[in-house]
Amino acid sequence: MDSLIYFVLASVTVGGALGVVFGRSPIASLLFMIASLGSTAGIYVMLEAHFLAAIQIIVYAGAIMVLFLFVIMLLNLGHDYKRDIRGGLAILFAFGVTGGIGGLLASRVMPEGTLLLNSYPTGVSIDTEIAEKGIIGVIAEPLFNEYIVAFEFTGVLLFVAIVGALALAKRSD
Amino acid sequence: MLPTQVLFLSAVIFVVGTLGVIVRRNAIIMFLCIELQLNAVNMAFVALSRYVGIEGQLFVFFVMTVAAAEAAVGLAIIISIFRHYESVITDDFSFLRW
Repeated sequence: MDSLIYFVLASVTVGGALGVVFGRSPIASLLFMIASLGSTAGIYVMLEAHFLAAIQIIVYAGAIMVLFLFVIMLLNLGHDYKRDIRGGLAILFAFGVTGGIGGLLASRVMPEGTLLLNSYPTGVSIDTEIAEKGIIGVIAEPLFNEYIVAFEFTGVLLFVAIVGALALAKRSD
Repeated sequence: MLPTQVLFLSAVIFVVGTLGVIVRRNAIIMFLCIELQLNAVNMAFVALSRYVGIEGQLFVFFVMTVAAAEAAVGLAIIISIFRHYESVITDDFSFLRW
Protein backbone atom coordinates (compact mmCIF):
# COMPACT_ATOMS: atom_id res chain seq x y z
CA MET A 1 0.00 0.00 0.00
CA ASP A 2 2.80 2.38 0.94
CA SER A 3 4.67 1.73 -2.27
CA LEU A 4 1.48 2.28 -4.28
CA ILE A 5 0.95 5.68 -2.64
CA TYR A 6 4.62 6.49 -3.18
CA PHE A 7 4.35 5.50 -6.84
CA VAL A 8 1.37 7.78 -7.40
CA LEU A 9 3.05 10.72 -5.60
CA ALA A 10 6.33 10.21 -7.46
CA SER A 11 4.57 10.08 -10.84
CA VAL A 12 2.69 13.29 -10.08
CA THR A 13 5.97 14.92 -8.99
CA VAL A 14 7.86 13.89 -12.13
CA GLY A 15 4.89 14.63 -14.39
CA GLY A 16 4.51 18.06 -12.84
CA ALA A 17 8.21 18.76 -13.33
CA LEU A 18 8.00 17.75 -16.99
CA GLY A 19 4.89 19.92 -17.30
CA VAL A 20 6.86 22.89 -15.97
CA VAL A 21 9.57 22.40 -18.58
CA PHE A 22 7.30 21.71 -21.55
CA GLY A 23 4.20 23.67 -20.57
CA ARG A 24 2.93 26.09 -23.20
CA SER A 25 1.87 29.12 -21.21
CA PRO A 26 3.62 30.37 -18.06
CA ILE A 27 0.39 29.95 -16.08
CA ALA A 28 0.18 26.25 -17.05
CA SER A 29 3.81 25.76 -16.05
CA LEU A 30 3.10 27.40 -12.70
CA LEU A 31 0.09 25.17 -12.01
CA PHE A 32 2.15 22.08 -12.91
CA MET A 33 4.79 23.33 -10.49
CA ILE A 34 2.20 23.63 -7.70
CA ALA A 35 1.07 20.03 -8.39
CA SER A 36 4.68 18.89 -8.22
CA LEU A 37 5.30 20.74 -4.94
CA GLY A 38 2.09 19.37 -3.43
CA SER A 39 2.95 15.76 -4.13
CA THR A 40 6.46 16.44 -2.80
CA ALA A 41 4.75 17.44 0.44
CA GLY A 42 3.01 14.04 0.37
CA ILE A 43 6.38 12.35 0.05
CA TYR A 44 7.62 14.37 3.05
CA VAL A 45 4.69 13.00 5.05
CA MET A 46 5.72 9.46 4.06
CA LEU A 47 9.25 10.26 5.29
CA GLU A 48 7.88 11.29 8.74
CA ALA A 49 8.65 14.98 8.13
CA HIS A 50 5.13 16.27 8.78
CA PHE A 51 6.13 19.79 9.76
CA LEU A 52 8.16 20.26 6.59
CA ALA A 53 5.20 19.00 4.57
CA ALA A 54 3.02 21.73 6.08
CA ILE A 55 5.73 24.35 5.50
CA GLN A 56 6.11 23.14 1.92
CA ILE A 57 2.41 23.70 1.23
CA ILE A 58 2.12 27.02 3.08
CA VAL A 59 5.41 28.71 2.14
CA TYR A 60 6.41 27.14 -1.16
CA ALA A 61 3.12 26.39 -2.90
CA GLY A 62 1.26 29.14 -1.05
CA ALA A 63 3.61 32.11 -0.93
CA ILE A 64 6.47 31.73 -3.41
CA MET A 65 4.31 30.37 -6.22
CA VAL A 66 1.74 33.14 -5.67
CA LEU A 67 4.62 35.62 -6.00
CA PHE A 68 5.40 34.08 -9.40
CA LEU A 69 1.70 34.21 -10.30
CA PHE A 70 1.53 37.90 -9.38
CA VAL A 71 4.49 38.67 -11.62
CA ILE A 72 3.07 36.65 -14.54
CA MET A 73 -0.25 38.47 -14.26
CA LEU A 74 1.42 41.85 -13.71
CA LEU A 75 3.46 41.45 -16.90
CA ASN A 76 0.35 40.10 -18.69
CA LEU A 77 2.07 36.93 -19.93
CA GLY A 78 -0.95 34.69 -19.39
CA HIS A 79 -1.90 34.47 -23.08
CA ASP A 80 1.57 34.62 -24.55
CA TYR A 81 1.69 31.28 -26.35
CA LYS A 82 4.84 31.99 -28.31
CA ARG A 83 6.93 28.83 -28.37
CA ASP A 84 10.20 29.48 -26.59
CA ILE A 85 11.82 26.04 -26.33
CA ARG A 86 15.26 26.06 -27.92
CA GLY A 87 15.91 23.64 -30.77
CA GLY A 88 18.79 22.04 -32.61
CA LEU A 89 22.20 22.14 -30.99
CA ALA A 90 20.89 23.48 -27.67
CA ILE A 91 18.66 20.39 -27.28
CA LEU A 92 21.65 18.10 -27.87
CA PHE A 93 23.73 20.12 -25.39
CA ALA A 94 20.90 20.01 -22.84
CA PHE A 95 20.47 16.26 -23.11
CA GLY A 96 24.23 15.77 -22.88
CA VAL A 97 24.51 17.86 -19.72
CA THR A 98 21.43 16.39 -18.05
CA GLY A 99 22.45 12.85 -18.99
CA GLY A 100 25.86 13.43 -17.42
CA ILE A 101 24.37 14.86 -14.23
CA GLY A 102 21.72 12.12 -14.06
CA GLY A 103 24.28 9.35 -14.54
CA LEU A 104 26.55 10.86 -11.91
CA LEU A 105 23.71 11.19 -9.37
CA ALA A 106 22.43 7.67 -10.04
CA SER A 107 25.93 6.23 -9.62
CA ARG A 108 26.24 8.11 -6.29
CA VAL A 109 22.94 6.72 -4.99
CA MET A 110 23.71 3.15 -6.03
CA PRO A 111 27.43 2.55 -6.69
CA GLU A 112 28.17 -0.86 -8.27
CA GLY A 113 24.69 -2.21 -7.74
CA THR A 114 24.81 -1.98 -3.95
CA LEU A 115 22.86 0.56 -1.99
CA LEU A 116 25.02 3.25 -0.44
CA LEU A 117 22.52 3.67 2.37
CA ASN A 118 22.90 0.07 3.56
CA SER A 119 26.04 1.05 5.43
CA TYR A 120 24.13 3.61 7.51
CA PRO A 121 21.95 2.78 10.52
CA THR A 122 18.21 2.86 9.95
CA GLY A 123 16.03 5.78 11.00
CA VAL A 124 15.21 4.40 14.45
CA SER A 125 17.06 6.96 16.56
CA ILE A 126 15.45 9.97 14.88
CA ASP A 127 12.04 8.29 15.13
CA THR A 128 12.35 7.86 18.91
CA GLU A 129 13.52 11.46 19.20
CA ILE A 130 10.47 12.62 17.24
CA ALA A 131 8.17 10.53 19.43
CA GLU A 132 9.78 12.07 22.52
CA LYS A 133 9.80 15.79 21.63
CA GLY A 134 7.27 16.03 18.80
CA ILE A 135 8.16 16.92 15.24
CA ILE A 136 8.27 20.69 15.81
CA GLY A 137 10.30 20.45 19.00
CA VAL A 138 12.88 18.20 17.45
CA ILE A 139 13.48 20.75 14.67
CA ALA A 140 13.18 23.87 16.82
CA GLU A 141 15.68 22.83 19.48
CA PRO A 142 18.82 22.75 17.29
CA LEU A 143 17.48 25.69 15.26
CA PHE A 144 17.48 27.98 18.31
CA ASN A 145 20.62 26.57 19.93
CA GLU A 146 23.42 25.43 17.63
CA TYR A 147 22.16 27.19 14.51
CA ILE A 148 21.00 30.45 16.08
CA VAL A 149 23.64 32.50 14.21
CA ALA A 150 22.61 31.03 10.87
CA PHE A 151 18.97 31.62 11.79
CA GLU A 152 19.58 35.29 12.56
CA PHE A 153 21.57 35.73 9.36
CA THR A 154 18.63 34.22 7.48
CA GLY A 155 16.51 37.05 8.84
CA VAL A 156 19.11 39.57 7.64
CA LEU A 157 19.13 37.86 4.22
CA LEU A 158 15.36 38.15 3.89
CA PHE A 159 15.47 41.82 4.91
CA VAL A 160 18.20 42.59 2.38
CA ALA A 161 16.27 40.67 -0.30
CA ILE A 162 13.10 42.68 0.35
CA VAL A 163 14.97 46.00 0.25
CA GLY A 164 16.81 44.91 -2.90
CA ALA A 165 13.59 43.81 -4.60
CA LEU A 166 11.97 47.15 -3.79
CA ALA A 167 14.98 49.08 -5.08
CA LEU A 168 15.08 47.03 -8.29
CA ALA A 169 11.37 47.10 -9.10
CA LYS A 170 10.90 50.78 -8.26
CA ARG A 171 10.53 53.13 -11.22
CA SER A 172 13.71 55.16 -11.40
CA ASP A 173 12.21 58.23 -13.09
CA MET B 1 13.91 1.17 1.34
CA LEU B 2 11.91 4.37 0.84
CA PRO B 3 14.80 6.88 1.28
CA THR B 4 16.69 5.30 -1.62
CA GLN B 5 13.65 5.60 -3.87
CA VAL B 6 13.25 9.22 -2.82
CA LEU B 7 16.93 9.86 -3.61
CA PHE B 8 16.35 8.51 -7.11
CA LEU B 9 13.25 10.67 -7.46
CA SER B 10 15.25 13.67 -6.30
CA ALA B 11 17.92 12.95 -8.93
CA VAL B 12 15.22 12.76 -11.62
CA ILE B 13 13.64 16.07 -10.55
CA PHE B 14 17.03 17.77 -10.44
CA VAL B 15 17.81 16.58 -13.97
CA VAL B 16 14.42 17.76 -15.26
CA GLY B 17 15.05 21.16 -13.65
CA THR B 18 18.47 21.42 -15.29
CA LEU B 19 16.92 20.51 -18.64
CA GLY B 20 14.38 23.28 -18.21
CA VAL B 21 16.98 25.91 -17.36
CA ILE B 22 18.96 25.05 -20.50
CA VAL B 23 16.07 24.50 -22.91
CA ARG B 24 13.60 27.29 -22.14
CA ARG B 25 14.01 30.92 -23.16
CA ASN B 26 11.33 32.43 -20.93
CA ALA B 27 13.07 33.92 -17.89
CA ILE B 28 10.17 33.20 -15.52
CA ILE B 29 10.08 29.51 -16.53
CA MET B 30 13.85 29.37 -16.02
CA PHE B 31 13.30 30.66 -12.48
CA LEU B 32 10.60 28.03 -11.93
CA CYS B 33 13.07 25.35 -13.06
CA ILE B 34 15.66 26.64 -10.58
CA GLU B 35 12.98 26.27 -7.90
CA LEU B 36 12.51 22.68 -9.12
CA GLN B 37 16.22 22.04 -8.60
CA LEU B 38 16.10 23.51 -5.09
CA ASN B 39 13.07 21.34 -4.38
CA ALA B 40 14.95 18.24 -5.53
CA VAL B 41 17.79 19.06 -3.15
CA ASN B 42 15.26 19.56 -0.34
CA MET B 43 13.85 16.12 -1.09
CA ALA B 44 17.30 14.54 -0.84
CA PHE B 45 17.90 16.36 2.47
CA VAL B 46 14.64 15.05 3.95
CA ALA B 47 15.28 11.52 2.70
CA LEU B 48 18.77 11.44 4.23
CA SER B 49 17.70 13.07 7.49
CA ARG B 50 16.22 9.77 8.70
CA TYR B 51 19.67 8.23 8.39
CA VAL B 52 22.04 10.99 9.36
CA GLY B 53 20.11 13.17 11.81
CA ILE B 54 17.55 15.93 12.17
CA GLU B 55 19.96 18.52 10.69
CA GLY B 56 18.80 17.50 7.22
CA GLN B 57 15.29 18.77 7.94
CA LEU B 58 16.79 21.90 9.47
CA PHE B 59 18.74 22.77 6.36
CA VAL B 60 15.56 22.50 4.30
CA PHE B 61 14.37 25.60 6.17
CA PHE B 62 17.45 27.52 5.14
CA VAL B 63 17.11 26.35 1.54
CA MET B 64 13.47 27.49 1.50
CA THR B 65 14.45 30.90 2.90
CA VAL B 66 17.16 31.36 0.29
CA ALA B 67 14.67 30.25 -2.39
CA ALA B 68 12.19 32.89 -1.22
CA ALA B 69 14.86 35.61 -1.22
CA GLU B 70 16.10 34.53 -4.65
CA ALA B 71 12.56 34.53 -6.07
CA ALA B 72 11.89 38.03 -4.73
CA VAL B 73 15.10 39.55 -6.13
CA GLY B 74 14.92 37.60 -9.40
CA LEU B 75 11.34 38.56 -10.10
CA ALA B 76 12.17 42.19 -9.33
CA ILE B 77 14.97 41.99 -11.91
CA ILE B 78 12.56 40.45 -14.43
CA ILE B 79 10.02 43.24 -13.83
CA SER B 80 12.64 45.90 -14.34
CA ILE B 81 13.90 44.17 -17.52
CA PHE B 82 10.32 43.98 -18.81
CA ARG B 83 9.94 47.75 -18.33
CA HIS B 84 12.84 48.40 -20.71
CA TYR B 85 12.48 45.63 -23.30
CA GLU B 86 8.77 44.64 -23.14
CA SER B 87 9.86 41.00 -23.10
CA VAL B 88 10.94 38.23 -20.73
CA ILE B 89 12.48 36.07 -23.48
CA THR B 90 16.22 35.85 -22.81
CA ASP B 91 17.14 36.24 -26.49
CA ASP B 92 15.72 39.77 -26.55
CA PHE B 93 18.21 41.23 -24.09
CA SER B 94 21.87 40.52 -23.51
CA PHE B 95 23.18 42.87 -20.84
CA LEU B 96 23.16 40.13 -18.17
CA ARG B 97 25.49 37.93 -20.24
CA TRP B 98 29.23 38.06 -20.17
